[in-house]
Amino acid sequence: MDLDWWFIGELVINGANAGLMYSLVALGIVMIYKASGVANLAQGALVMTGGYVVLALAHDAGMPMWLAMPIAIVILFFLGVGIERVVLRRMAGQPLIMIIMLTLGLDIFLRGVVPAVWDRGGESPVIPIKLPTDAIFVGDILINTSYLLGGGVALILVVFFVWFFKTRLGIVSRAVSDDPVAAWSVGISVERSIALSWGLAAVVSAIAGALWGSIQGVDWTLSLLLLKAIAVAILGGLDSIIGAIIAGLLLGITENLAAGFLDEIVGGGTKELVVASVILLTILIRPHGLFGREDIERI
Amino acid sequence: MFYRQAGIRHTSYEQTKSLYPIAFDKWLLIILLLIAVTAPYWMSGLYLNSYMLPWIIWSTAALSLNLLMGFAGQIHLGYGAVMAIGAYASVHAAQAGVPFEFALILGGVTAMLIGVGFGFTALRVKGLYLAISTLAVQYLVDWVVSHVPAIGGGTQATLQTPTPSILSFDITTEVGRYYIAFAWCVFVTIFLLNVKRTGLGRALIAVREKDYAASVIGVNSYHYKLVAFAVSSFFGGVTGAILAFTYFGAVTPEQYSIDVSIQILAMVVVGGLGSILGSFFGAGFILLAPIFLSNIVTGLAESYDFGVSRGVISHIPLILYGGLIMGFLLFEPLGLAKIYDNVRKYLLVWPFGFSRR
Repeated sequence: MDLDWWFIGELVINGANAGLMYSLVALGIVMIYKASGVANLAQGALVMTGGYVVLALAHDAGMPMWLAMPIAIVILFFLGVGIERVVLRRMAGQPLIMIIMLTLGLDIFLRGVVPAVWDRGGESPVIPIKLPTDAIFVGDILINTSYLLGGGVALILVVFFVWFFKTRLGIVSRAVSDDPVAAWSVGISVERSIALSWGLAAVVSAIAGALWGSIQGVDWTLSLLLLKAIAVAILGGLDSIIGAIIAGLLLGITENLAAGFLDEIVGGGTKELVVASVILLTILIRPHGLFGREDIERI
Repeated sequence: MFYRQAGIRHTSYEQTKSLYPIAFDKWLLIILLLIAVTAPYWMSGLYLNSYMLPWIIWSTAALSLNLLMGFAGQIHLGYGAVMAIGAYASVHAAQAGVPFEFALILGGVTAMLIGVGFGFTALRVKGLYLAISTLAVQYLVDWVVSHVPAIGGGTQATLQTPTPSILSFDITTEVGRYYIAFAWCVFVTIFLLNVKRTGLGRALIAVREKDYAASVIGVNSYHYKLVAFAVSSFFGGVTGAILAFTYFGAVTPEQYSIDVSIQILAMVVVGGLGSILGSFFGAGFILLAPIFLSNIVTGLAESYDFGVSRGVISHIPLILYGGLIMGFLLFEPLGLAKIYDNVRKYLLVWPFGFSRR
């Protein structure tokens, strides 16, 4: 069998870009886990909310993107902080199973409320991000510029977050996630640190929502990114930002190669299969992921 | 009030240890059972088929999940997949000529084997990782069902269920199907009521509270986690099969999708983790509340003449499930069962409520 290397190259490059955009969603999960030890199953719904807010500003209110984006980021930041204040803070100290179910409930709730508030009668308009061309060619490889933009933004955000966790605020939030009570006793405001992480995660999801919304349109299906983001976060290690990026690349490339070669044989839908298998295999073989910290449990 | 402790004086240990220390509880149970048994004779076919039957079946499903989540403390976000495995296995068995009763058991055993297979992940991981792996299992099972023609009958295919039969008598009427579901529900309820009083139940509760601590006092927590997965998956599989045979009359992948898993999860959380009565409350509440709320919103929209589009109406169930899960976890983590318990305790001493303080 002779392989078409250009075809493989195209699958790999576009898969890598899509994977970087999955990492973008996963960054929010990693952010919150790193700061408070809570896995945020509402991240998909937050991305969807971000998409809807950007769309409402850019499409309905007619703002240009350079204005709509910062406003959406501010709105989402306060939404994230508000969610932490109203919902999560009351659950502090509760068993983990309760908090997981709470974020799942939040996910379902947002998935119901947001599309009902901005009801578009079954249409899913695309967020207008103007790019000079739809696609560029490198040799015979066609690269989708929307995905390229997404991948680039994801890399910039990763650099930002790696830097963030080296600043004073970042070190504070690492201390909080390590041991909230000890952090408290040396005078760190645990509440403010966790609220900040939720705010930043919501900001990331505004950006992710805008980018994904410019590719597949804004509707409730944006929240399905949750599963891919979780796969990325688990594979990379829930508390590793570098891990999220590398796992995103791996997942994106694997998924795109599988879809490119296997879809014709089994009749579509291999992407979900890859995602579910990645989650299961990671948890079975190496639960703390590629770069995650292995926690030792004490009674 | 008629429901109180005043005047009930136990004169022997047997009386205090009896199942129902207050006679009213016993009578309430008998009356409820009578209502359920005689339901087909005074309830109209519409109500029996579209409210009573689903309520009974979903209560059974919630009970089965409650065994895992409420008793053993193992979170499961893919219970719809367990039910799907049971339903598909039993329908295929019945179509191949296996008698209905054995097809049900076969469905349960298949679900049990696969459920335990995935339960092995519970041996390695817990909490968050377990939740996510069960979620992945849901997607995996969905994919297999819709992509393997030998199981799901190809994409967008429905498998018709054969007529159920008990001891080779065909059950063709709605009443007969209702009694099948009802009998299974009674069986699961009695099992769960009793499991709380056995060594198994106490071991499960010990594992729920803290698995390491349970191991320290000699409870093999791995073993009991697997047992919980096995029993719960068996019940879930049979319930899924009964759902297909008595209610839907056919199986399609959508009947057991991730949304169904979330619905059952909402039933368990809203009803009350670890509560048997709560599962019945939760199932009824989650089934009926969206219908009522949609009707109310549509009615209000008509009478006050503000436009509510169909899109908004169709989102009401999701808003309600999410809001209820969050609300109960925040304000009443033990669910409707705890609210019932509060009311009951209030009535027990009414009008001398101050005596409790």
